[in-house]
Amino acid sequence: MRLFLTALAAASLSFASAQAAPAPVTVKIENFTFNAQTITVAPGTTVTWLNDDDIPHTVVAADNKAFRSKVLDTGDKFTFTFASPGTYDYYCSIHPHMTGKVVVKGS
Amino acid sequence: MATDRRRFLECMGWAGTGLVWSMAGGTASSVLLAPGQALAKPATPFSFVQVSDSHIGFTKDPNPDARVTFREAVAHIKALPNKPAFILHTGDVSQLSKPAEYDDADQILKEAGLPVFHVPGEHDMLDEGQGKAFLDRYGKDANGKVQGDGWYSFDHSGVHFVGLVNVKQLKAGGMGHLGDDQLAWLKQDLAARSASTPIVVFTHIPLWTLYPEWGWGTDDSAQALGLLARFGSVTVLNGHIHQVIQKTEGHVAFHTARSTAFPQPAPGQAAGPGPLKVPAGQLRDALGVRTVSLVRSGQPLAVVDQSLA
Repeated sequence: MRLFLTALAAASLSFASAQAAPAPVTVKIENFTFNAQTITVAPGTTVTWLNDDDIPHTVVAADNKAFRSKVLDTGDKFTFTFASPGTYDYYCSIHPHMTGKVVVKGS
Repeated sequence: MATDRRRFLECMGWAGTGLVWSMAGGTASSVLLAPGQALAKPATPFSFVQVSDSHIGFTKDPNPDARVTFREAVAHIKALPNKPAFILHTGDVSQLSKPAEYDDADQILKEAGLPVFHVPGEHDMLDEGQGKAFLDRYGKDANGKVQGDGWYSFDHSGVHFVGLVNVKQLKAGGMGHLGDDQLAWLKQDLAARSASTPIVVFTHIPLWTLYPEWGWGTDDSAQALGLLARFGSVTVLNGHIHQVIQKTEGHVAFHTARSTAFPQPAPGQAAGPGPLKVPAGQLRDALGVRTVSLVRSGQPLAVVDQSLA
């Protein structure tokens, strides 16, 4: 019985969070730029970067800690969910003049 | 140059009477034979070849297989009238730092039958170890050790060669980067050399700020160039931008090289620095190999770029 209740609680929790999750956002990488360069999202937003260039790129937090993609070849994607509010600067670690920003703000 | 011309005219008078002409890098030089004297060994003229940006693994427009054009570049080297002493590869050996790409590159380069010296490009930093695969393969010095991020120097026929790594420790918003450790090493490496020693620096990203909007420069290159300022002849060879651009600043001559894989647009002439999609029939005009010759001691090195067409 206790097991059943726990399972039920977990199910309703995940249902609640799925409902509350903000719509995902995609950032395209094209012509050696992140498009859009700055995005503002709610906490919990999943951001996907899609490499539309014919040259590989990466998506790496400027502090080199928060997130770091593997190398993204043409058509490859990298996804990260921003749980906490804050400003996340990032860049392409192989073409560091390519920079972008994710601003995570509660409503 | 006036002296050379005068000497040239003087030499003309001796034509056919014990004069040996040699051509290197498009500049003529001559050695005068005294009666009964065998051909004296020249000052130490020699030549070497630079290849760059082979991008083995690249299969997109405008080059469906970068291995094919790299093989053509090696065939070009093998056919040179004067056998070069060695090959410098100034980075982006691979497209994605994959072992199979390095294997293919090595196998093709081996056909040249010459020693090869490498420095990495940013495409050689894409493995899990962020360049470890490249370093393990190419970064070891004569003693089998890796120095720092793989920088090193060596001497050949009185010329001091310095291989610098400017694709590691890159910072958000920056360009190429050498770093304090490498600069400290460079200072020490150059300290014992006389100012008359010709220096050849080879690296991947340009060592001068060519086009910062596309990251075509090296953040701390001024410090490296400061260390090189006292030398009478400095030749800086790099790749990265897949086109020939040259510049002279004091005693320093900068030469960026063509790729053997695909061209890139001239600075600012496209939305971004991605591959320039030239028609198949024009691809080899835009790819190339560079020969560098020490024609005569005390003179600038002769740099000749030839396309694969």
